Amino acid sequence: MEKKVVISGFGGQGIMLAGELLAEAGKEEGKNVTFLPSYGPEMRGGTAYCDVIVSDKPIASPVIAHPEAAIIMNLPSLTKFEPLMQENGLIILNKTIIPEDVSRDDLKVCEIDAQAIANELGNEKVANLILLAAYAEIEKTVSIETLKKALRVLLTGRKEKLISINEKAIDTGARLARDFISSLS
Amino acid sequence: MADKVLMKGAEAIAESAIRAGCMAFFGYPITPQNETPEYFSRRMPQVGRVFLQAESEVAAINMVYGAACTGTRVITTSSSPGISLMQEGFSYIANSNVPCVVVNVMRGGPGLGDIAPAQADYNQATKGGGHGDYHSIVVAPHTVQEAVDLIYLAFDLADKYRMMVVMLMDGLMGQMMEPVEFHDWVEVENRKPPEWATVGQGERKERNIITSLEILPEGLEKMDIALQEKYRKVRESEVRFEEYMMDDAKYAITAFGTVARIAKTVVDMAREKGIKVGLIRPVTVWPFPYEVLEERANQVDFFFDVEMNEGQMLIDVKLGVNGKRPVYYYGRLGGIVPSPEEILKEFEKKMEVSK
Repeated sequence: MEKKVVISGFGGQGIMLAGELLAEAGKEEGKNVTFLPSYGPEMRGGTAYCDVIVSDKPIASPVIAHPEAAIIMNLPSLTKFEPLMQENGLIILNKTIIPEDVSRDDLKVCEIDAQAIANELGNEKVANLILLAAYAEIEKTVSIETLKKALRVLLTGRKEKLISINEKAIDTGARLARDFISSLS
Repeated sequence: MADKVLMKGAEAIAESAIRAGCMAFFGYPITPQNETPEYFSRRMPQVGRVFLQAESEVAAINMVYGAACTGTRVITTSSSPGISLMQEGFSYIANSNVPCVVVNVMRGGPGLGDIAPAQADYNQATKGGGHGDYHSIVVAPHTVQEAVDLIYLAFDLADKYRMMVVMLMDGLMGQMMEPVEFHDWVEVENRKPPEWATVGQGERKERNIITSLEILPEGLEKMDIALQEKYRKVRESEVRFEEYMMDDAKYAITAFGTVARIAKTVVDMAREKGIKVGLIRPVTVWPFPYEVLEERANQVDFFFDVEMNEGQMLIDVKLGVNGKRPVYYYGRLGGIVPSPEEILKEFEKKMEVSK
């Protein structure tokens, strides 16, 4: 098993946290993992992305040139990664701020109104984990339980109080993913 | 050893250095290794050690030189342009026979270049870089875990031979996170300074003097010969390399650092297609494992060297192979990391050529 995903959006949307959480969960499950953040000359409001690989085997390059899966949180990210996606790849799309449709028809697209749903949960900032959990549920990269467990490694000290809302976000994302999976069959 | 933690390469080397007994860090920020000084700046005061951000790389390396003269375990980290600025200091350190560790998280060059991963400082690190007949031991990890392990070795070798040890990493190794396991702490509290250290005359009859200056050519030649004698011992005892799937290999890939980890996957992919290829990975790029290449030249049809530069290690591979077999090369420049698929494709082209 080797799963590769790109997570991309605006700086501030929790892109790096989502990536680290997935890597931490993979590590927790005894897998090899790499997490590679984009570190170009970035500017505020620009696009931030990271590459996460979870694998049974040692991982060669941590760079993902052609993603098999991508979690896309803003329009510039869709513009950047859609042409790079592998054939029949999976896109998890933050529909709240990306009303545009994915133009390639070979891609599987799981659209989630993530920011609106996050707002309903009580914090817009957990949109990242709704989308991440949806990805994990569809691709089975790590289990939803491990993702929630990994929250406790990353959210410590002052951030500890954010664990419960993030757990809710993860559960919600996983549920929406199951709806998506049954809609496909 | 504790549980594995997920850490960036640039942070993991800092934690490893602290555990290995590094008492002082001097440096100046530069991407893609800013996480290293940042980590040191937080951790060194916690453990009662020194973190100092110098006004420039030139100042930083001379602070390292000064600390090294006291026999203290000391480190600096930088990236390509910053390392270029330090070369004068490296040369002084070499001829002063003092130990220190330097990490170069290489980025694209020459000049200001870019901040993407590259391996184009191979020649600079292994052939000198500064002026004069000198060498540094140069280690090149290919995973974050190996970087953590080699930091320990780097400090040990620096102390053993009283010389600079360079760790060559690249932007990818610096920025990526992998799970790592740290080693036990090296006891430093009761460590006595070595007898050559300039820490006050004390009970000694004469003062210790450390200098790279000897104005008389006859005197300097003696110093130079002694230095070369030291390098001969290092060449004899400290060559390290890894062979992967070489036992029955008909072809050998050579690569170091990040490219070597990618090459391992290339070997696996080729083996699945029934192609008997293996990997020879220098862990020390100076001293270089020439002998293993010479030996394997009796076994393989050709060598295929892959680097993120214009073929700098290629020269050393050719020296090792010594004309016995063809040595082909493939590389990417400017901070591009080659993919396993791309390397395999190039390798297969060479198989066609060699038929």
